[in-house]
Amino acid sequence: MNLGTALQICLLFGTASLLSVGGGNSVVPEIQLRAVDTYHWLTAAQFGDLFAIAQAAPGPSMLLVTLVGYKAAGIAGALLATVAMILPAGVVVHLVARFWQSSDGARWHVAMERGLAPVAIGLVAASGAVIARTTEHSPAQFALTAAATLVLCATKLNPLFLVAAAGLAGWLGLV
Amino acid sequence: MNRGGTAEVSLARLAATFCQVALASFGGGLSAWSRKVVVEDRGWMTDEEFLSAMTLCRVLPGANQVNLAIYVGGKLRGVRGAAAAVVGLTGVPVLIVLVLGYLYFRNGSVPATQSILRGITAVAVAMTFAMAYKTGAKALRSLPAWALCAVSFLLSAVFRVPLPVMLAIVAPVALWWAWPARSDRPPASRLP
Repeated sequence: MNLGTALQICLLFGTASLLSVGGGNSVVPEIQLRAVDTYHWLTAAQFGDLFAIAQAAPGPSMLLVTLVGYKAAGIAGALLATVAMILPAGVVVHLVARFWQSSDGARWHVAMERGLAPVAIGLVAASGAVIARTTEHSPAQFALTAAATLVLCATKLNPLFLVAAAGLAGWLGLV
Repeated sequence: MNRGGTAEVSLARLAATFCQVALASFGGGLSAWSRKVVVEDRGWMTDEEFLSAMTLCRVLPGANQVNLAIYVGGKLRGVRGAAAAVVGLTGVPVLIVLVLGYLYFRNGSVPATQSILRGITAVAVAMTFAMAYKTGAKALRSLPAWALCAVSFLLSAVFRVPLPVMLAIVAPVALWWAWPARSDRPPASRLP
């Protein structure tokens, strides 16, 4: 990896890290623009495929940047891109979290924790609905989600059993 | 004692815990897995703290789940804990995407996983709904709480309002409602 590429990777992903307010997906368009149009590391079609791979693989979907860095400059580029994407935002989060945790017991802290709990629950339910809308296309999938939701709410069954069963059902073409 | 009462947790255990979260969430449901492991299995946090941490992590820059790992790791073991949690969460997944990326650029495609993912994603969505149910059973015990939850859901899922805008609308009402001095509710529960 030459120094120029290393600097480009640090600059692009370090900036994207700090701008990724609301989660990694908010800066995907910017990363796509730079990686494809500005630096010509890969084509738009390749970028789309890498996005799908990062979504499907375990772990945070922002590991898309690992793949982009890999295409730009091999393994070293992949690691550099990953660190550049995590570190700047991570420092901010750590400092804010320290402050938040140290204020435990303060009235504004209690108010935020209690007041934002219903909001957070609404957001969790909303994210389930949004993912369902983009990934579920068949009645069998909806039925599977409904049945699995009931089982998870009513029992203490380890979700991994359901994940394995659902993966098998998908593999067999049942959903 | 800290909330979620925690003796010293080793850095290795932190990393292993978040590695487990990352690997279990193949196909999605990372938030739900984080809650299951951190709150239910390990008892490192209460549901209340987890929910507020999650909201904090969504508002701040960075991937939500990486931020949550930093929050939990930092709470238990400071900077080193945060680093251990992030390495645990991302280490193995980085290796996996690198292998997939290598295969993709060599073959022009990746091993067919689409059909398996169709099933798994449906369960990941179910885990997310079940998480809303489990945390809601504890936190939604009054009409205003239900109203805040419903409005947040509608703004986010139906009207697709961006998170900062949504919080600017909902948070002031939520804070006014929850401010300890003006209500007869006891201060935040300290139960584990």
